[in-house]
Amino acid sequence: MTGAQREMSFYESGNGHTGILSWVLSTDHKRIGLLYLFSMFSFFFVAVILGLLMRLELIAPGPSIMTAESYNAMFTVHGVIMIFLFIIPGIPAGLGNFMLPLQIGARDMAFPRINLMSWWFYMTGAIVIIVSLFTGGGPPDTGWTFYVPYSIRTGTNVTLAVFGVFLLGISSTLTGLNLVTTIHRLRAPGLKWFRMPLFVWSLYATGWVQILATPVLGITLLLLMMERLFGFGFFDPARGGDPLLFEHLFWIYSHPAVYIMILPAMGIVTEIIPVFARRTIFGYKAIAFSSLSIASVGYLVWGHHMFTSGMSDISRVIFSFLTFIVAVPSGIKVFNWIASMYKGSIKLSSPLLFTVSFIFLFSLGGLTGLIIGALATNIFVHGTYFIVAHFHYMMFGGTAFAFFAGIHYWFPKIFGKMYREKPAITSCIVLFAGFNVLYFPMFILGLEGMPRRYYDYLPRFHTGHLISTVGSWILAAGLMIMFYNLIRSIFIGEVAGSNPWGGSTLEWTTSSPPPHENFTEIPVVTEGPYRFRK
Amino acid sequence: MNQAFSNQTGNVDNIFLFITVISVVMLAIVTSLMIIFLIKFSRRKNPVATDIEGNLPLEIAWIVIPTILVLAMFYYGWVGFKEMRTPPEDAMPVKVSARMWSWAFTYENGRRSGELLVPLNKPVKLIITSEDVLHSLFIPAFRIKEDAVPGMETYLWFLPDRTGSYDLFCSEYCGTGHSSMISKVVVMPQEDFYAWYKKEEKGGAKGKSGLEILTENGCLECHTIDGSKNIGPGLKGIFGKRVTVVTRGQERGITIDEGYLKRSLVEPGADVVKGYSDIMPSQKEVLPEKEINTIVDYIKDLK
Ligand SMILES: [Cu+2]
Ligand SMILES: [Cu+2]
Repeated sequence: MTGAQREMSFYESGNGHTGILSWVLSTDHKRIGLLYLFSMFSFFFVAVILGLLMRLELIAPGPSIMTAESYNAMFTVHGVIMIFLFIIPGIPAGLGNFMLPLQIGARDMAFPRINLMSWWFYMTGAIVIIVSLFTGGGPPDTGWTFYVPYSIRTGTNVTLAVFGVFLLGISSTLTGLNLVTTIHRLRAPGLKWFRMPLFVWSLYATGWVQILATPVLGITLLLLMMERLFGFGFFDPARGGDPLLFEHLFWIYSHPAVYIMILPAMGIVTEIIPVFARRTIFGYKAIAFSSLSIASVGYLVWGHHMFTSGMSDISRVIFSFLTFIVAVPSGIKVFNWIASMYKGSIKLSSPLLFTVSFIFLFSLGGLTGLIIGALATNIFVHGTYFIVAHFHYMMFGGTAFAFFAGIHYWFPKIFGKMYREKPAITSCIVLFAGFNVLYFPMFILGLEGMPRRYYDYLPRFHTGHLISTVGSWILAAGLMIMFYNLIRSIFIGEVAGSNPWGGSTLEWTTSSPPPHENFTEIPVVTEGPYRFRK
Repeated sequence: MNQAFSNQTGNVDNIFLFITVISVVMLAIVTSLMIIFLIKFSRRKNPVATDIEGNLPLEIAWIVIPTILVLAMFYYGWVGFKEMRTPPEDAMPVKVSARMWSWAFTYENGRRSGELLVPLNKPVKLIITSEDVLHSLFIPAFRIKEDAVPGMETYLWFLPDRTGSYDLFCSEYCGTGHSSMISKVVVMPQEDFYAWYKKEEKGGAKGKSGLEILTENGCLECHTIDGSKNIGPGLKGIFGKRVTVVTRGQERGITIDEGYLKRSLVEPGADVVKGYSDIMPSQKEVLPEKEINTIVDYIKDLK
């Protein structure tokens, strides 16, 4: 494939439109994947800035740079953007969209126009949310969980923001539909289920969660909107409603959503380790099945967000039990990753460095999850900074680090250029250090009793907050180095060649960047992935 | 976390320690193996890799052992939880009412307080509810927490082990004043507690002053008495003032009189001063008629 006559890449070959229209009207999964990546990282930066401002406010007790109202709006908007506009679409709609057809030897997704439509739903939802910040009663101040009855009574612009999230839900469901159908229908000849790359398995499990869980979010948010607009009384006890009903409905989606965020991240990690260790993955089937079992048992554990909610004691016990059960397959994956390094021939390039950072942070976050899963200790740490630390270890240390690993891994495929390795390594180290300085003190703060979503705090919590704020600056520096290195390399990086890492999966058999329909000839697959010796 | 402040403190801390020790060991194993492999099998030291696709005994071991460990964690968490949910029969009941953004504690004999005063070495059962939105009662030193849900009663119990004063937080986000919804648990020697408990409310027959009532009930979290603006309208000099209010979505002008002040206390949503949110909880069931009159008189004189 790397032959003399270079094919026109999908950037160069036209699609009947020019300029920006050739992007926003394109049904090419690669262009849509890039649209997603570009829009997601733009929103990501807005939310990072909000996070930095929040940390700055908390640098000392007492008001520092903003009012309580602004702070409450900021943690709400930070959460809504990070969850609904960044991490949930994140890997599946960005890298997944780009890589899935390439990895299974297809020319596009199963429904290219639905794929474009889901990006449009995403953008419309995002714009509605942005409009909600500047109209009506101003930015919502409910937290990203929109808990009732507060979200019904507050005068801020909750209804419009919730409608935006509703649209994002449609987008996410459509993406899931596309992932699952594509994997079922468009695999290359010979690509049997157990020959698929494990990133594809993780997208398959993710797709099902998106299809089955997201409609519950849609219904919940519609009910909330109707209650706000017409006073229906589903949730507000003053009108005969039940606030616990909202919590159940909300977490029936939002817990499985955690797996939408983490499963594809695990998939990326599984993809990278064999390539840089030059050996097969350890326990292929165990990893594939653990994705499926996480996705299915994961539907049944939502109640662990409600151990102090007033829910019955017997439900709390059952949900705690199921939560511990779902911890096992995640553990299995970690052991498989480590075992896949054994007797390898390892080159610690930047994608692998991000990956091992991920494994450490994900393990630390996961193990603290055991403290949160056990009933007696949950009662203590629920609603404190311990939780804030835990989910940032999972979502940022976990998903985002794997996302960065994936971007470094597939960057040469996507852009046909190579970034500079040294700044990439530096950025990973700075990010890792900043991350831990920012979030580890939050575990301690939580154990000292610091509640979350506090605009102000007692002086005895000062030290932890101060260290954490300093960490936020280090983290920001790491992000700047990383993105500077990547963005400059898109334009002036060295030409990468079609397979710079010596990868063995199908995306590396076509040119970089790939041509319009991915492959000149659809490949025929004769063996499983990650084989580096014949 | 080494001092026991209540029976629940040690209970929770033991389980915390159990899980943490196992977790730290697991993290140490995973991390050190990873680092060892990265060094030992680096491309320089090991130029040719060996393919290993699996190892059944090993894989069974790392499924079975973690399963046993997590089930043990589940079990101890459950046992500790049962202890937390089983108050003794003779526990002293205290009713807790949460609202934006203060706590009110009511004892069996009708004595009320904004701080939770309790006797040493006597079990206390808190019966918790909310008057408006969700809140959560959290006493870090005792390791306990439970949400305050409107229209529902939840409970907590504890047996305080040493005298002292401990923080009591709201740990469920409830709006602007969430981070100032802080009170104290004061554990007192039994004699001191009962002396306070049996004493006539301050001021005897004359009752409390308007300012005392406003302070104890958290009113001043939102309403200032120095004329400045806060979450709610300031109270200084408002009597006799002409203001625009919103009544069922319609704006109209009124003059603040005694009737308006009283209505604002028992039915705060009826006429909301323009520019403010309809978020004040009704004081109808909270304050006795007498105290409402005292507050109104106080505001009338607040020039
Ligand atoms: Cu969850
Ligand atoms: Cu609160």
